[in-house]
Amino acid sequence: MSSVLIFLEIKDRAISRISWEAMAAAHALGEGRGLPVDVALTASPDNPILATIHGKAPRTVYAIDNPLLHAYTSDGYTASCAQLIEHVKPAYVVFPHTYQVRDFAPRLATRFHQVLISDVTGIETHAGADPSVPPTFIRQLLQGKLNAEYHHTGSGVCFLSVQAGAFRADEPEAGATIIEPFLPQLDAAQIRVQPGEPFRASAQTVDLNSAAILVSVGRGIKEEANLPIVQELATALGAELAASRPICDNGWLPMERQVGSSGQTVAPKVYLAVGISGAIQHLVGMKGSQCIVAINKDENAPIFEVADYGIVGDLFEVVPALTAAIRKAKA
Amino acid sequence: MKIIVAIKQVPERDARIRIDASGKWIDLQDVEFAMNESDAYALEEALQLKEAHGGEVVVLSAGPERAGKTIREALAKGADRAIHIQSADETELAKFDALGVARLLAAAIKDEQADLILTGLQSDDLGLGQTGVILAELLGLPHATLILKIEKTETGLKVLRELEDGWFLHLELPTPAVLTIQSGNSKLRYATLMGIKKAKTKEVKVISVADLAANAPDSKPVVLLDAVKLPHKQRTTQILGGTPAEAAAALVEKLRFEVRAI
Repeated sequence: MSSVLIFLEIKDRAISRISWEAMAAAHALGEGRGLPVDVALTASPDNPILATIHGKAPRTVYAIDNPLLHAYTSDGYTASCAQLIEHVKPAYVVFPHTYQVRDFAPRLATRFHQVLISDVTGIETHAGADPSVPPTFIRQLLQGKLNAEYHHTGSGVCFLSVQAGAFRADEPEAGATIIEPFLPQLDAAQIRVQPGEPFRASAQTVDLNSAAILVSVGRGIKEEANLPIVQELATALGAELAASRPICDNGWLPMERQVGSSGQTVAPKVYLAVGISGAIQHLVGMKGSQCIVAINKDENAPIFEVADYGIVGDLFEVVPALTAAIRKAKA
Repeated sequence: MKIIVAIKQVPERDARIRIDASGKWIDLQDVEFAMNESDAYALEEALQLKEAHGGEVVVLSAGPERAGKTIREALAKGADRAIHIQSADETELAKFDALGVARLLAAAIKDEQADLILTGLQSDDLGLGQTGVILAELLGLPHATLILKIEKTETGLKVLRELEDGWFLHLELPTPAVLTIQSGNSKLRYATLMGIKKAKTKEVKVISVADLAANAPDSKPVVLLDAVKLPHKQRTTQILGGTPAEAAAALVEKLRFEVRAI
């Protein structure tokens, strides 16, 4: 029987938030297409985390277990997920769009002569329409400046990964889950990539999460020598200074001040984005902020899609004017 | 070490976005193009490896004739030669999905016997983030993604991979292998005048998409793009206009009396 199979990830000894969001997407897809939802994750069948899988009751929770999967490798995960997919024969396979999924899911899809529809932000299931009309999957192009609609064709399994924050996780719902161990056949020689232990580059001394206001600076600042104008704005506001990735890559501000998928995820009372265009990787780290203000010269910059207030203009004129206005208001 | 670097020419970040008549892509008139950012870092890693260990850097790119400019830029920076999978026009490659494009790339380099294949982690236009990984599977090679540093070892490579939330990981893998490179680790070099001059004499092998596709089995796409649209706003943005001073004063009012943050 055909189904939707959702792969969850464990992070910090719990099912990760993005996994719950992807599960909500999988349920929406299942409901719209009239398909049951099965869950899979790499864990020992007696792992207590399995009992925490809530939400709308899935049919079966597959616990993929093999000593060769204790550390993540692209080879191990590709092979084991492929075996489970061959066993379950789902119509759709859904992943959370994490760094780990980006590493192996395209390879897995290729093994089935398929293409992963990556970083999906919306699904139109076309429920009630002619069942031969496939679902529409929406993903972003050109750093978030365009939405594109895709569909899957042919009778093979359809693979998709779901962007962080795009779907709201379902409320918990009591329901019996059947846990089924799945023991893939793996050979140590298949695992060509040997991973070391994960590490953090430096101890975090700045906790951007504790700041009520963040002034965040991006590419638009052009040069390191221009940073004092945003620092002055942050000081005037009593805010912490944050940045988008290119600023930290250039070494202009330390990595610990980076907001986005490779940095911190923040949700302050006010997030003031200065010269940040708003690439997806940045937006996922800050779009939960209560109030977003954007200052950018490009009126079409994607940051304005999430901003509550916007000033379209040259930051080198706007920022000093804003600093002066804040000082005046506080005086 | 023989290194192939797959690079893509993409619209510049500041390019004006207008949807074209087909409704499936942007109007490319007046659009400037550039080397995809993470591909530029992949090229830089390749050039540094060559400088340290010797060998050859071969640039691989699929695109219409205009992509030749980006290929010459890579040659000017120090790549030794290039393979250009040339499409007849702006739309020919759009008929392929990510697997189809990767099959073209694989077919174009199948006789090269490279030790290492590098590419950027994702393109700035389509943003699929998959081409390198698919290529690895098609060629039967190990791969790793989001790589910041590459060291050659006795048996292969030791690489630094970026994880989420400021975490990192070292990986060891044998060669030949495919790595996708994250932006930002090295400083990108500029082409020198001498480099630009030399680039004009370097070999660029042009293969047509049609010729490669004719020999590639089963290149029918499984994922199709139906339409592109300007995104819906997630929030209603109040644009504060006027002079910088007026806009700043208006924003302070909002932050003070509506957001109550000042």
